[in-house]
Amino acid sequence: MAWAKNILRVNLTAGTCKNEPLNMDWAMKYLGQRGLATKYFVEEVDPKVDPLSPENKLILATGPLTGTCASTAGRYSVITKGALTGAIACSNSGGFFGNEMKNAGYDMIIVEGKSKTPVYLFIDNGDAQLLDGDQIWGTSVWDTEDWIKAKHQDQMIRVASIGVSGEKGVKFACVVNDYHRAAGRSGVGTVMGSKNLKAVAIRGSKGVQVKDFKRFFEASNAAKKVLAGNAVTGQGLPAFGTQVLMNVINETGALPTRNHRDVQFEGAHAISAEAMAEPRKSDGKPNLVRNAACFGCTIGCGRVSTIDRTHYTVAERPQYQIASGGLEYEAAWALGAATGVDDLDALTFANFICNEQGFDPISFGATVGAAMELYETGVITDKETGGIEVKFGSAKALTDLAELCGRGEGFGLEIGLGSKLLCAKYGKPELSMSVKGQEFPAYDSRGIQGMGLTYATSNRGACHLRSYTVASEILGIPEKTDPLASDGKAGLVKAFQDATAAFDSSGLCIFTSFAWTLEDVAPQVDAACEGSWTAETLLEVGERIWNLERTFNNAAGFTAKDDNLPARLLKDAAKTGPAKGLTNQLGKMLPEYYSLRGWTKDGVPTNETLSRLQI
Amino acid sequence: MQKSLSIDPGKCTGCLQCELACSYDNEGAFNPAKSRIKVFNFHEKGRFVPYTCTQCDEAWCMHACPVDAITLDKATGAKIVSNALCVGCKVCTIACPFGTVNYNADTGKVIKCDLCGGDPECAKACPTDAITWVDANWTGLEKMRAWAAKTDAGQQASA
Repeated sequence: MAWAKNILRVNLTAGTCKNEPLNMDWAMKYLGQRGLATKYFVEEVDPKVDPLSPENKLILATGPLTGTCASTAGRYSVITKGALTGAIACSNSGGFFGNEMKNAGYDMIIVEGKSKTPVYLFIDNGDAQLLDGDQIWGTSVWDTEDWIKAKHQDQMIRVASIGVSGEKGVKFACVVNDYHRAAGRSGVGTVMGSKNLKAVAIRGSKGVQVKDFKRFFEASNAAKKVLAGNAVTGQGLPAFGTQVLMNVINETGALPTRNHRDVQFEGAHAISAEAMAEPRKSDGKPNLVRNAACFGCTIGCGRVSTIDRTHYTVAERPQYQIASGGLEYEAAWALGAATGVDDLDALTFANFICNEQGFDPISFGATVGAAMELYETGVITDKETGGIEVKFGSAKALTDLAELCGRGEGFGLEIGLGSKLLCAKYGKPELSMSVKGQEFPAYDSRGIQGMGLTYATSNRGACHLRSYTVASEILGIPEKTDPLASDGKAGLVKAFQDATAAFDSSGLCIFTSFAWTLEDVAPQVDAACEGSWTAETLLEVGERIWNLERTFNNAAGFTAKDDNLPARLLKDAAKTGPAKGLTNQLGKMLPEYYSLRGWTKDGVPTNETLSRLQI
Repeated sequence: MQKSLSIDPGKCTGCLQCELACSYDNEGAFNPAKSRIKVFNFHEKGRFVPYTCTQCDEAWCMHACPVDAITLDKATGAKIVSNALCVGCKVCTIACPFGTVNYNADTGKVIKCDLCGGDPECAKACPTDAITWVDANWTGLEKMRAWAAKTDAGQQASA
């Protein structure tokens, strides 16, 4: 029940597709999606494997609630060893692909090996085959999705694919489904590209069952009411999207600006949710067309946007004069504040290109920001950039580099290295604003102290989605803590990390956690799944997952030294705003965090901890 | 009072809760591929449009059926397919001008919206009131109300 109890194992080297039963003992301990796929991955893959070698595997995984009517229950994740990080990677996506996978009869698709020639995986209700992908190799995500639907004469097919960036080895390539929903971070699309796998296309109509429908409707309907009645999930996110944060975080003095040299951006308003709703001069229409929902979602935070038709990026290019995935907060920050660009249409265009060619706007924008600092300090010149003036605030540089990165050409391919390798290549490793090779998202940890610990300890490299303490430190969810204080943040980060891992393993969207706690999730999981599930058991599952991910990373060669932040955040104080004069106090928080986790002072889970968690 | 489904695409976010509810009611599982109501995503326009049978008075499907398997439910106005009588000839799928009658290869019968016996699950499941269940004689009332408010606003501005 809820689980399809069936896995598809695809070996690209041998060209085979085989069904096998889901390991239900593991499902009871790791639930699904992030947790369960990580368990499979850790059991099957050598932690020292080169992420781009055939020996790495790529798992697409749903949660037990995926495909049910629980709000937001359409999620799937891509689990692999990340091309950007070399750490365990798990990138979560919405849209409609996860539901289709479950309805085709699969909890998971495990992809092994490497195909000799480009292929795509086509699944029709449990019947899987590898088909020739020569005609779509070298084309965009959007063209690939259109081509597959046309070839099979079926508009109801759901597609997850990589763009040209993923084929060309851009280190932060995504897997994109439904045109603009992405498993975005850590280079999971790069791994897919290294296997010569262009796309996974699915049709499913088997139906998704739950254990007790009556109880499931009661639990999911009650939980939907909680979402509707909550100010963030019922009003803020549908109306403004995550972009509601732009002005809030800027006023908090925690909006990393120009490669984290500043913590407030004078152009923040111009790239905010409020600006997206303002009518533009040319046609009187706003950037934002409307909000949109992923599968089963009763929040509907997604943005659908258009670009001003007179803007230089699209004036001569009607193919981009369409409504498509608009800016959400992290993308708007990375493409805007991190680069000092305040041109909303240029940001929206760059975001379209990120979706079209399948690469992560966070890592891309942040790396462009690093390149701008390299350029402005004379470390790189027009010779390296191919003549592009990569200056802070240059919209043209941003959009040119987006197109070059998307095609894997010229200086765009160097941007595609990610900031860590790019800055190291030019002898300035300290200018990379990253942890474990992954760029920071949109919160400066000098002004939101808990996020420093979040970034330093995140198992997939710097990330806000592993423990979003912004909820507590800025929004007061579930209770307000002081963003400028480091006291108590170790416990806060651990609690968020464990709960988040449970949400991510259920099939639900983490955005529900603005309104829900695990007390709201547990009755839905318990009514849907075999076994007995409470908030306590889910939290224990989350803690187990966190430690399993950590053991993989430790075995891969990461140590406590990698739980660190760039010197800029630890030594250069914030210059303006409420956090003026502050650096991040990671050194105070980290030892307490290790201790709370039951890890040694070197960040290694003790045998006692592993045995308590049955790892 | 006879009631009717009223659809306002402007309010639809494309979440498919209607398809989930419909498929559960009819198939006993969450299975959007078997839903009688479909939400169309015109993704390059940013528009989501739910669409299903409008229960025509002089229903083409009903008149075309050679075995009289489609009948009128007088209480709700729904045109109902009898699985016992349907022979799966699909003539009704050709006759329907709107495409809302479809064949289900798993059962060998056609499927269409039956208004859930007068309490449509899709309308109950819709989180944004894009699908509502209203007086069949006044499906335009809310649209009229919205325009009436604008008319009144014009009067107030000029006053």
